[in-house]
Amino acid sequence: MGASLLECLSNPANREDDRTAVEDLATGRRVTYGELRALSDRLRDRLAHLGVGRGDRIGFCLEKSVDSIASIFGIMKCGAAYVPTDATAPMSRSATIFEDCRVSALIVDSARSEKLAAELAKLGHEPPLLALEPTDEGLPLEQCLAALDADDPAPAAETVDCVADDLAYILYTSGSTGKPKGVILTHENGKSYVDWCTEVFEPTPEDRFSSHAPLHFDLSILDVYVPLQSGGTLVLISEALGKDPIRLAPLIAEHRLTCWYSTPSILGLLAQYGKLDQLDLSALRIINFAGEVFPVKHLRALHELLPEPRYFNLYGPTETNVCTFFEIPSEIPPDRTEPFPIGEVCSHCECIVIDENGERVAPGDEGELCVAGAPVTQGYWNLPERTAAAFYRDPDGRSWYRTGDLVIEDETGDYIFQGRRDRMIKKRGYRIELGEIEACLYQQPDIEEAAVVATTDEGNVQVTAFLTLVGDQKPGIIALKSFCSERIPAYMIPDRFVIRDRLPRTSTDKVDYQSLVTSLASA
Amino acid sequence: MGEVGAAIKAYILEEFLPGEDASELTDTTPLKSTGILDSIATLSVVSFLEERFKIQIEPHELDGDTFESVANIEQLVSSKL
Repeated sequence: MGASLLECLSNPANREDDRTAVEDLATGRRVTYGELRALSDRLRDRLAHLGVGRGDRIGFCLEKSVDSIASIFGIMKCGAAYVPTDATAPMSRSATIFEDCRVSALIVDSARSEKLAAELAKLGHEPPLLALEPTDEGLPLEQCLAALDADDPAPAAETVDCVADDLAYILYTSGSTGKPKGVILTHENGKSYVDWCTEVFEPTPEDRFSSHAPLHFDLSILDVYVPLQSGGTLVLISEALGKDPIRLAPLIAEHRLTCWYSTPSILGLLAQYGKLDQLDLSALRIINFAGEVFPVKHLRALHELLPEPRYFNLYGPTETNVCTFFEIPSEIPPDRTEPFPIGEVCSHCECIVIDENGERVAPGDEGELCVAGAPVTQGYWNLPERTAAAFYRDPDGRSWYRTGDLVIEDETGDYIFQGRRDRMIKKRGYRIELGEIEACLYQQPDIEEAAVVATTDEGNVQVTAFLTLVGDQKPGIIALKSFCSERIPAYMIPDRFVIRDRLPRTSTDKVDYQSLVTSLASA
Repeated sequence: MGEVGAAIKAYILEEFLPGEDASELTDTTPLKSTGILDSIATLSVVSFLEERFKIQIEPHELDGDTFESVANIEQLVSSKL
């Protein structure tokens, strides 16, 4: 198999044009492989007509839809990389991202286009914007392209023959300084992972994969490409539906999904609220989860309701795609409380564990997991220093991505996750740099100092912001949450705010985060 | 604001706004768009309402603006009592 993600759509397995490629549960829209190829060709022609070519970046801020999948392929067909952003996050955040990587054009829902254009104008970046209007007939992207063609027809362009090192997509993750950072991923990074998934999960044209994760989230890479490469069907679950286990569960049964992939949080909610024992979920053969630790209590509850499918814990930061995996045993011992391992290294990459001095540690000792190989990013967009700091160079000169995750290798060769070496946390699968929340709070005029900590209670992550104030004006909690909601995504907004006269300090005069965590535990 | 609204307010204040001055949470304070209730918090409000008022809330009732304010939630609950 080759190294271009575009091959997923041109693979002989899906040569039959009339098979369903993508189905959208929320709108009932569906497209066949033939239609998806044709629509992405038309977008390619339009973008090429705008002058977009190899190496350019094209942003999109869309609700997950047939259009967003067609956009991914249309963008890559003209040699460009796609940059998806969170359509539910504040537009100022999307604008910051699109300005950072200097997108050459943008595809956006018309409801968001004005606000996004205004935010981008503030940053002095005004790329052409393709606004998709809602429509009852056909697809919004189709109609948008038809309207543009009516004025100024875009001539047919050639699909660019993307090679391994060509940039395919950029996924922005939380940045500790308050600005999201873009992980750059090439066709080889993505395709090597897709091929590994194909080997392990053995998808067939009969498979129906859930697309639960939003497209700016790295879990989407498996969802989008693995079923298409095999001629299967990609079933889109909108963001709103995806968070609503009560409505979601019957749809998994009704639409006969065969492969599920999401964070443990939503699986836990499905077990708790989905009334799964009343549903026929016999089509489901694989349940993959990733993004955070799955508390065994919740995993066991799900497993008891759904004992048939195979369960896999997939592990890997956005920078490496998935790099280790673990298949959950068919029996979960009733007394087990410790989370399952993140597992063994995937065949398409290599892992080592190092200590603080960069020395390899022996199995059984804790160290930082580092990853090398085909799926590993070349670094962050336009951040050479951050990129350099993210890699460890071994004595032979080989570069390894430092995950920041502390692990122990057990006697069977499985890695066991121990914790983080920095201030990044995972909440409902989202990566959050606590520093980014602090940077947001520092913009609030009443706040003098902010220190944000995360604690875990029965597997639920709680984020608490400790604040000191400039004056006597005490901002209300509603006001603080509201302030945050205009600047950072909802999953980053602290659950609790605690106002203090001063923050505790260490002997070197740094904020003593540990004592703040302890104060919560004893409260 | 009747008894139903007061109970909803008390629950939201205790669970999601610990430390907030009760007068700040009004009948019309936006709950979702301000980040006070996220999707998981909404589910726990649903569980609370179902248990406290012995009512059943249907999945489609979580749509739109139903949980956007205390007044809206109160209206939903009252319609079922």
